Amino acid sequence: MSELCDLTGAELSSRLAAGETTAVEIVESSQARVDAVDAQVGAFLTLTPQLARERAEELDVYLSTGAPQSAAAGIPVAVKDVLTTNGIRTTCGSRILESYVPPYDSTAWTRLAGAGAVLVGKTNCDEFAMGSSNENSAFGPVHNPWDLERVPGGSSGGSAAAVAAGEVVWALGTDTGGSVRQPASLCGVVGLKPTYGRISRYGLIAFASSLDTVGTFTRSVRDAASMLGVLAGWDPRDATSIDADVPDYREELDRGIDGLRIGVISEAFGEGVVPGVATSVRHAIDRLAALGAEVGEVHLPHAEYALSAYYLIAPSEASSNLARYDGVRYGFRAAGDHADSVAMMFATRGQGFGPEVKRRIMLGTYALSAGYYEAYYGQAQKVRTLIIRDYEAAFERFDVLVSPTSPTTAFRIGEKADDPMAMYLNDIFTIPANLAGVPAISVPCGLDESGLPVGLQLTAPILDEVTLLRTAHALESDLALDLRPPLLAEL
Amino acid sequence: MPVDIDIAHVARLARLDLTDEEADRLRDQLGVILEHASKVGEVAAADVPPTASPIPRSNALRDDTPEPSLPVDESLRNAPDREGDRFKVPRIAETGA
Repeated sequence: MSELCDLTGAELSSRLAAGETTAVEIVESSQARVDAVDAQVGAFLTLTPQLARERAEELDVYLSTGAPQSAAAGIPVAVKDVLTTNGIRTTCGSRILESYVPPYDSTAWTRLAGAGAVLVGKTNCDEFAMGSSNENSAFGPVHNPWDLERVPGGSSGGSAAAVAAGEVVWALGTDTGGSVRQPASLCGVVGLKPTYGRISRYGLIAFASSLDTVGTFTRSVRDAASMLGVLAGWDPRDATSIDADVPDYREELDRGIDGLRIGVISEAFGEGVVPGVATSVRHAIDRLAALGAEVGEVHLPHAEYALSAYYLIAPSEASSNLARYDGVRYGFRAAGDHADSVAMMFATRGQGFGPEVKRRIMLGTYALSAGYYEAYYGQAQKVRTLIIRDYEAAFERFDVLVSPTSPTTAFRIGEKADDPMAMYLNDIFTIPANLAGVPAISVPCGLDESGLPVGLQLTAPILDEVTLLRTAHALESDLALDLRPPLLAEL
Repeated sequence: MPVDIDIAHVARLARLDLTDEEADRLRDQLGVILEHASKVGEVAAADVPPTASPIPRSNALRDDTPEPSLPVDESLRNAPDREGDRFKVPRIAETGA
C-alpha cells in the first residue's frame, strides 16, 4: 500500500499546504518505513529519530501560522555520510572517522535544513566515496531494494536505496565520477549531478576537490528541480562555488522538447553495454524523437581516455586530501606505544583505512611522485583539457547528450569486489562529465529482463540545468514508469 | 605490460603501514591499473595546456575583516588525545644534547 513516504516532495508540499497532513505525520511515515525495511536494506549508518520528531513539530507550528512554505518544508531527507552535520556523527564510511562528530554543518545541509527539510539520518556509502557498489564501506554493504542480493551502486548507495525504498523522499549524495548517477540508475530513482561549483562543497569531506560535486536523489525530476533550487548558489565558504543567478528550475519543466537537438554518444551501444540496458536506452531515445527532439549521433574523440585520466587525477587529489588523517586532531589513532609521532601516523593510517582507500592513496602518491608526475598526472590534466574541448564542440551541434548511465544493471554483491579494473569500468559513461564539470542526470528509462532498473544519462552544457531538467522531465512524463521495488509489495 | 612499482617506497611517501600480504596485492593491482592509466600517454598533447579545475577561477578574495572562529574546546573535542588546550602526540624529536 502506498504511504505518505511513497509520495513525491511536490505531492507532500501540496498536501501540507492544503492542511491535509502534517510534518509529523510525514516523518512518522518515513520512520515506519525505515523500521520496516532498513534491517534488510542497510541504507543508514546513523538515525536521528528524536531530532526529526522535534524538527517536524516545530515546523507544524510554523506552518500553522500561514508562513511561506518552501518546497523542502516537511520533506524527510537523508544525507550521505560524507557531508558534515553539526553534532551528528559523520563517518565517511570509514573506521578512521568512526566516532567523528563534526562541529559544523555542510552548506548543502544548512540550506536544506533552513528550508524546512527533516533529517531522518545519515546514509552508508563507499569509504570516502571511493567505489561503485557500496561494498567498500567499513560498516557493511547496502542492499538494493529491487533485489537484496545485489548492490545499490555507489558510492552514494545508501542515499539511492533509501529513496528507492521510501525510507526518505529526498536524499543528498556526492558525485566525483558518477557516485550519484550510477546508484540512481541501479536503484530506479532520479540522480542529478549539477555543474561543478553550482552547489557549495563546504562541509563535503574532500575526496577529489576538482571533481567532487554535491548531487540529489529524488523520485521525480520535478523534485530534483526543487531540491536544486534550494541547494544552488554562491557560498563565501567555497572559493570554487559559482557566483551566478539561480533560476527557478521548475519554470520550464513542462515546456516540452520540440526541436531540441539531442546527440546520442557514439559509444552508447558499444562494448560492455549489456542487452537489457541497450534495449531500454534505445526505446527512450525513440521516445525523445517522438516528442519532437532532433536526434543525431555525436562522437567525443577523447572519451576513451577519460577513465585513464580519471584514475590518475582523482587518486592524486585523494592522496593529498587524505593526508589530513594523521591521528592527531580528530579521528582514529592506532593504540599502543609508538616510537614517535610519525610511527603513530603510519600505524593509524595502516589500520584506519580500508583496501580501496589504500589502493587509491598509493596510486595517487605514485602518480605524483618524482619522476612520474609529468607522464601520469601532468598528462592526465592535458587529456582533461581535450575532453572539455570535445564537449564544447558537441554542444555547438547539440543541446543535450544521451547515453546509458551505467553499462549494466545492478550486479550481485561480491561479483566484482576482487577486480578493481572491472569495478572502475562501471563509471565509463559518468566520468567524462566530472572531468568537464558539466551537469548530468540519470533518469529511469525501463526495467531489464530480470526486472532491474535501467537509467538514461542526459548531459548539458555548463550551468544549463534548466534544459537538462526539462528534457529529463519530458522523458519521465512520457514513459510514466511504475518504479516500486518488489520489496515494498511485501509490506 | 603491467607497470612495476617500488611499493615500499610509495608506502613510505604515503605514510601507510602495509602488511606483506597487502603490499603484494597492491603491487599486482596497481601494476594493472597503471597499465590501463598509461593510455593517457597515447594522446598527443604536447601543446595542450593542463586543466586543474573545470571552472577556472582567479583568486577568490574576501574582505579582510575578523570573524569569530571555532572555540578551542570545540576544536579539541574530537582529539584522540589532549593535554589542556593542546593536541597531545607521541614525541616528535630526539631529546638530549
